Amino acid sequence: MLKRISDHPVLGPLSQEEIEFEFDGKSYQGIKGDSIASALLANGVRTLRFSNRDGEPRGIYCGIGHCFECRMTVNGVQSVRACITQACDGDVLESQGENRGERHDDF
Amino acid sequence: METFLNPRVKTAGSVMMISDVVVIGAGPAGLSAAVTAAEAGADVVVIDENPRAGGKLLGQLHEEPGTGWWIGAEISKKLAERAVNAGVRILTNRQVWNISQKWEVALDTGECVKADYAVVATGAAERPLPVPGWSLPGVMAIGAAQTLTNYYRVRPGDRIAIVGVDPLSLTVAHELSMAGADVVGIYLPGKSIFAGTQADPDTNLEYLAGMSDLAPNAFLRWGGKLAANKTLRKLALTFFPKSGLPLMGTRLNLRKSLVSIGGNERVEHVEVATIDSQGNPGKTRTVKVDCVCISGGLYPVQELTRDCGLVRIDQLGGTIPLYSPEMETTQDNLFVAGNVTGIEGAKIAMAQGNLAGTVIASRLGLLEGKEAIDRAAAAVRFARKSSAITFMPDIEEGRRIADDLWLERVRENSLAQKDESYA
Repeated sequence: MLKRISDHPVLGPLSQEEIEFEFDGKSYQGIKGDSIASALLANGVRTLRFSNRDGEPRGIYCGIGHCFECRMTVNGVQSVRACITQACDGDVLESQGENRGERHDDF
Repeated sequence: METFLNPRVKTAGSVMMISDVVVIGAGPAGLSAAVTAAEAGADVVVIDENPRAGGKLLGQLHEEPGTGWWIGAEISKKLAERAVNAGVRILTNRQVWNISQKWEVALDTGECVKADYAVVATGAAERPLPVPGWSLPGVMAIGAAQTLTNYYRVRPGDRIAIVGVDPLSLTVAHELSMAGADVVGIYLPGKSIFAGTQADPDTNLEYLAGMSDLAPNAFLRWGGKLAANKTLRKLALTFFPKSGLPLMGTRLNLRKSLVSIGGNERVEHVEVATIDSQGNPGKTRTVKVDCVCISGGLYPVQELTRDCGLVRIDQLGGTIPLYSPEMETTQDNLFVAGNVTGIEGAKIAMAQGNLAGTVIASRLGLLEGKEAIDRAAAAVRFARKSSAITFMPDIEEGRRIADDLWLERVRENSLAQKDESYA
């Protein structure tokens, strides 16, 4: 995984329990306990949805569920906040907005 | 409404839960209130919208003088375990949609918690600092970067620029570089109506005073002490190196501001301007980065305290509920603890939560005498005095103003009662 911090000078070892999920039709791995946003970022995925304003890409901003920039469709339920929702094994995730599914791996 | 239901909790329908105490927010303040009340024998329910208890404590990581590393994830876990062992029911993945009198807390799942006492411990949120280009993926709030790095163990970027100089951004800069990221610099925001005095180099030097115990750099320790003297501060700014100051693995720039963020569909670079000691921009330069963290400061979250008497105290970070020396609001049996009462560190939030929990346990008849309450109140003052990081430079003054406003209210109420007895 691209951005996972496996060696840390103060914090202990990472959990080894992996999960697998799908985002816009592509399969990814995460670690048990990840939020949806952290699991995707660990895979280098920054764009989580497309704005209605010309389909501009949007990613995680506040990280505490306030700004709703990271909302996405989780197992068919729309507008779930990726930053405060735990990623689960077998999740099917979809970006929302214009150009959905075309530019998800642009990082 | 259906679309906002959290998929991690099945809709429970109209389930009514009854307890002695309902706590909203499972951060350091809420968990501490719950632990104290429950260990005294109260029946306590805690609600939080995150998947795990701990709040912003989960992502904290810094070295404290004398006591070593403060690892928020471990402290959160211990606190939550202690709560569960004392019988606290921690309900995560749930949003509070409403709180109504005496006290009924309605949740997005359809559940409702009814309790004689309520503690609102909703914490703080970050003020945004709009910079041109800030909606690009890769730009995030400094607190988001902190939790991603220290709790989820994901680097928010490899080359990171930070906007906003304050104790939180300096702490997170260090955490990011410990996690292997290259923090290219900490910059002031450009002058704008949103940035206000944050774009002013002088204000930022004042902030550094709150960091003087943590900063390993001699200049900063000295800088922290001179923050109280305006003339000396001006002198220091005039001589502040244009290339910035090496600090905890990055460069602190009080003479540079970040004017815009650019990139095709994601952050690729920032424009940085050299500024004079008043914050006016001069020459600009492009710096390659893949992530920008914005630190606009924290404000207390008041969504659930709207029926309480509220007051704006800038020294505390924004609007807060009036609160008694026992942490009770103007609504009987509705308590507050933590950053909802003003921006301070987790240790102080925990002490405030413990005080609220102690008072509630005492009112429930579970604690005798006033000693426990006095001890808990003294612990809040001690935590404030011994805190390694002070987020708001004039916090003591802010607390004094809040205390005076409460006393004023008590006096007015007793006068009003006298008037009534004469009538």
